[in-house]
Amino acid sequence: MKKLWQNLIDKYGYPKVSITLMLIILCIIAIIQKQDMSGLLKDSMVRMGMNGILVLAMVPCIISGTGLNFGLSLGIICGILAGCISVELNLTGYKAFFTAVFISIPFSVVVGYLYGWLLNRVKGDEMTVGTYLGFSMVSLMSIGWLLMPFKSPEMIWAIGGKGLRTTIALSDRFAKILDNMVAVPLSGHLLPIGTLIFLGFCCTLMWLFLKSKTGVAMTAAGDNPRFAYASGINVNKQRMIGVILSTMLGGIGILVYAQSFGFLQLYQSPLMMPFGAIAAILIGGATAKKAKISHVISGLILFQALLTISLPVINKMMPEGNLSEVIRIIVSNGVILYALTKVGGND
Amino acid sequence: MQTKHVLEMKNIEKDYYGNKVLKGINLSVKAGEIHALVGENGAGKSTLMNIIFGMPVIHSTGGFNGEVLFDEKPVAVKSPKDAMDLGIGMVHQEFMLLPGFTITENIKLNREITKQNALSRIFGPSLKTLDVNEMRKDAQKALDTIGMGVDDWVPIAGLPVGYMQFVEIAREIDKKNIKLLVFDEPTAVLTESEADKLLDSMKKLAAKGIGILFITHRLDEVLAVADSITVMRDGENVGSISPEEATVEKIAQMMVGRKIERLIVKEAEKNKSEEILLSIKDLKVNMPGEKVKGIDLDIKKGEILGIGGLAGQGKIGIANGIMGLHETTGEVYKNGVKLELNNPKRAIINKLAFVSEDRRGVGLLLDTSIEMNIVMTSMQIQDKFLNTVLSFKMKDDKGIRGWADKMVKELDIRCVGPTQYTRRLSGGNQQKVCIARALTLDPDILFVSEPTRGIDIGAKKLVLDLLIKLNKEMGMTIVMTSSELGELRSICDRIAIVYEGKLEGILSPLDSDVDFGLMMAGEYHAHARGAV
Amino acid sequence: MSTQLNTNKPAAKRFNIKSLLINNSVPLLFLVVCIAGVFISGLPLRFILNEIIVRLARNMFLVLALIIPVIAGMGLNFALVIGAMAGQIGLVFIKIVDVGGLPGFILAIAFSTPFALLFGYGTGKLLNKTKGREMITSLILGFFANGLYQLVFLVFIGTIIPVKNPEIVLSGGIGLKNALDLKFMQYAIDKIFKINFMGIVIPVVPILLIALLCYFLRFIVRTKLGQDFRALGQDIHVAKVSGINTDKVRVIAITISITIAAWGQIIFIQNIGTLNTYASHEQVGMFAIAALLIGGASVTKAKMSNAIIGTILFHTMFIISPIAGNKLFGDAQIGEFFRTFISYGVIGMSLVLHAWQKHMNAKNHEL
Repeated sequence: MKKLWQNLIDKYGYPKVSITLMLIILCIIAIIQKQDMSGLLKDSMVRMGMNGILVLAMVPCIISGTGLNFGLSLGIICGILAGCISVELNLTGYKAFFTAVFISIPFSVVVGYLYGWLLNRVKGDEMTVGTYLGFSMVSLMSIGWLLMPFKSPEMIWAIGGKGLRTTIALSDRFAKILDNMVAVPLSGHLLPIGTLIFLGFCCTLMWLFLKSKTGVAMTAAGDNPRFAYASGINVNKQRMIGVILSTMLGGIGILVYAQSFGFLQLYQSPLMMPFGAIAAILIGGATAKKAKISHVISGLILFQALLTISLPVINKMMPEGNLSEVIRIIVSNGVILYALTKVGGND
Repeated sequence: MQTKHVLEMKNIEKDYYGNKVLKGINLSVKAGEIHALVGENGAGKSTLMNIIFGMPVIHSTGGFNGEVLFDEKPVAVKSPKDAMDLGIGMVHQEFMLLPGFTITENIKLNREITKQNALSRIFGPSLKTLDVNEMRKDAQKALDTIGMGVDDWVPIAGLPVGYMQFVEIAREIDKKNIKLLVFDEPTAVLTESEADKLLDSMKKLAAKGIGILFITHRLDEVLAVADSITVMRDGENVGSISPEEATVEKIAQMMVGRKIERLIVKEAEKNKSEEILLSIKDLKVNMPGEKVKGIDLDIKKGEILGIGGLAGQGKIGIANGIMGLHETTGEVYKNGVKLELNNPKRAIINKLAFVSEDRRGVGLLLDTSIEMNIVMTSMQIQDKFLNTVLSFKMKDDKGIRGWADKMVKELDIRCVGPTQYTRRLSGGNQQKVCIARALTLDPDILFVSEPTRGIDIGAKKLVLDLLIKLNKEMGMTIVMTSSELGELRSICDRIAIVYEGKLEGILSPLDSDVDFGLMMAGEYHAHARGAV
Repeated sequence: MSTQLNTNKPAAKRFNIKSLLINNSVPLLFLVVCIAGVFISGLPLRFILNEIIVRLARNMFLVLALIIPVIAGMGLNFALVIGAMAGQIGLVFIKIVDVGGLPGFILAIAFSTPFALLFGYGTGKLLNKTKGREMITSLILGFFANGLYQLVFLVFIGTIIPVKNPEIVLSGGIGLKNALDLKFMQYAIDKIFKINFMGIVIPVVPILLIALLCYFLRFIVRTKLGQDFRALGQDIHVAKVSGINTDKVRVIAITISITIAAWGQIIFIQNIGTLNTYASHEQVGMFAIAALLIGGASVTKAKMSNAIIGTILFHTMFIISPIAGNKLFGDAQIGEFFRTFISYGVIGMSLVLHAWQKHMNAKNHEL
């Protein structure tokens, strides 16, 4: 028994094994409580689709050797900005969504380039710098949202006529556009297969990219920069590509998130978003140095299912207080802490 | 009357994982004498020091055999702290100084003089106040002892390098019970006049009754100050000589002498080409610890050229510089065409390939498969092993597998399969993967640095045999850099010896031990057969 | 606090305006911003001065708590929040046992101290496992601890920890209320002795406590322990080789910091008078760190003067920015966002500069 446990830990790492166990226990309780299992399945799938691309955004960053992207909020801001522009242009439906995606890309590339440029100058401290760069930009953009000359009455405050609202409803724009693209009914619920297909498509593209010449070079640069340098690979360029890709995926990711959620959330909302994405990929078995597409997928399934199922289960056991939120905080930060102790210190 | 021995080591034996590095060493240092310990790299000097200081690395690898007597009493030194308590001090090659602290604070580091105050009476001695005046008095005294006239209250940062060395010494002699002081190549970083001053103060210290163990490779210094000399080679002490009978030539021969096994039977007609393939002019490489300070060297087509020398003299820097891994100036011509320096990519395009001395740090992607390690550089630089799909360059899994299988078979890489991670391979097989990667580039010249470092004896021979095979069968020009002279002499056609970043000379592998020893010690031109 | 004992270096004595400006560019910049803000806001100077003194008295402890880890080379202690949580444990305790006034204040200090020591020890142990990444670790540890804190006060109160008082506990009987009224101990130390100097009210006791803490920090640096802190701050490797038990010294440094933070939080809340159970501590670390940095400190250097100047400047900005924002842009929120941006930005900037310097040093070292 002990040996089996040890083998599991060695193979999958503590976070994955313990989260899986927690999930199994929660599922059993949910069944005992006679929870609406297909509803929970649907909610889990919605959340996986919503968060999927944000988690995928971690992959290029980790692989290129810049570590966990704590500054993902930069990409998220680009996505939100593009979403606002799409609403301002008065677009609806697929056109609105994909225009937003296309608009976000140039923003993300420029921001990612600057971010990558900075990260190449602070090697070894990417995580701390990324975190605070993200925090600063979120608060700087908070001023930006107030001052930007958007006019659409859907987005600006009704009173004063100036400044964007905290949450912008997308119901008339591109809410649920991917979710409903392919929606499969299951005992009264609609499963958001469309978003999952879109996620699968993005994952496949990433997988193909990693098999390309550039992808291989990026992997080598992240794995052993000195080896890469001796092999004539421009390490800083590869890191830059990783950061730009990650920022781009952050922008696209938030738009997918918004369409599923039905709202664009501005101001302080991107602040802590990178942490959730980081926790998910770590739970999937990635480390600060290694990540695969499979880590994204298993991390998404485990983390999002855990969050979804814990909510009703715990509320039933303990209606007072916001225990499932507490669990989210403890699990996600605990997993990141664990990963930090495993990076291997300077000492 | 016999002066008493401060340190006696009797029949010391030590092995690392079955690899014997010390084979019955005897060493004794008398009070008040300067005892020089000389030997090549890998002769076992540092292991011996580690034993004296009780370094953890000794005890975590199973301890050692033999007896250590300190002050004529048997002792068991279990940790560096034990050594310190006994009165053994060390002047490090790298300075262990805090730049922002003053000289006094550095001398008194972790041995501060303190006085009681109200809080320390309650909460214990770590809250005692520093007694700066007393500390300064002590420091000044120590500085005076070694004849260093400098204000004791200046910060270390900004002091000339020579001064830092003296601060280190002052720190050691400030330890009241100091009986034995080890100097580990102390003059390596000093200018000549600084070195002279240092030797002077060593004599002063010895005159105060402190035993001094002086590790160096500068033989003239040995002759200048040593009261007795021990020469080590391959984990044995080859002998002790008194300074009266010692000459530079004698010591040099003792350091190097060994039976040479030529793996190549000298064939008169072999690779007789005199065509110069690569010509190096005034090469300077800024590689930390292995600086090259201006070397001219020609590499002939089809030869195996050896580059030897002691550690830190710059031999490693040559290949690293040519391959663009460290800042380099000078000129390198290949077939008469000038090569661009400081650009690894250009070097590879120009058909140079490199097997790094730092196998795990530079040579391999440890958590990547053997096959990807083998093809990586070629794929990135030469666009091999790629398929073009919709104008995207994708890796050609089939082609990679085929080539990797072939290399695994040809070089006899022992592995589970080409997808195994290189981290799990033995040192010898890892080295073969590195060589396979270099060969995949189809180079004109193969630079191999320290090919047998950290590899067990059986595998060493395999790697050397492989190099010979490449040279003979494929006509590959090989430049092999190695700290092991024996290895160079066993396979190379010519051996260039580097001393202090410059070329000391080129020898034939069959030249005498004395010549090799003198060249390695940088004494060849001063001493050797001026007449010949 | 000087990380260097006073010396008679001739170079230091030379008065040089240019280097003075360069070395103090950050505080000077913020001084200009603050002066401009004071003018724009049009607030009366007396009001601003009074506010500054109040804020100085209640925040200074938390800022000073950061200094020792910086000296010991552990960077900015983002785990300050954990100390604040320990302080709040003490405050919740006095609310439960219902002891107010000065006895309540002292009891809160006494009750929180063992927790602070324990948390400090744990934090130190964890940071020893993540050397070189102390700052990101302490930041995440702060978030993580916040989760545990919520678990204890939301779930364990009323279940595992029997507390019945409806004034404290949520209506369902489980979990603490979001806001605890601590009027019964508000101004416990502030009101002991006040001086009114030309309309400016000075709470003497907290100021005295701050002076005492400054004296204590100064004292520590001049002891053997302080010398060890400084040695670690310069080069942990050399410190280790010279026989200093570096891990232990690091744990002590962080424990001192967290304990001071716990007390600081109690002083802070005794001035405010209400405890936002789940929010009061959250931004403690960020605000304290931003204040210290605005005072001219960096990741590797911090003096007491940085803490004092920084606190004054940072809180001046706090007082004026909503009003200045309103005057300039017609929106008070802009001022608020601006000061959040400044807090994060100044921290981010200082981290970038530190990392950049480290990177360049490593590069130069190689060349």
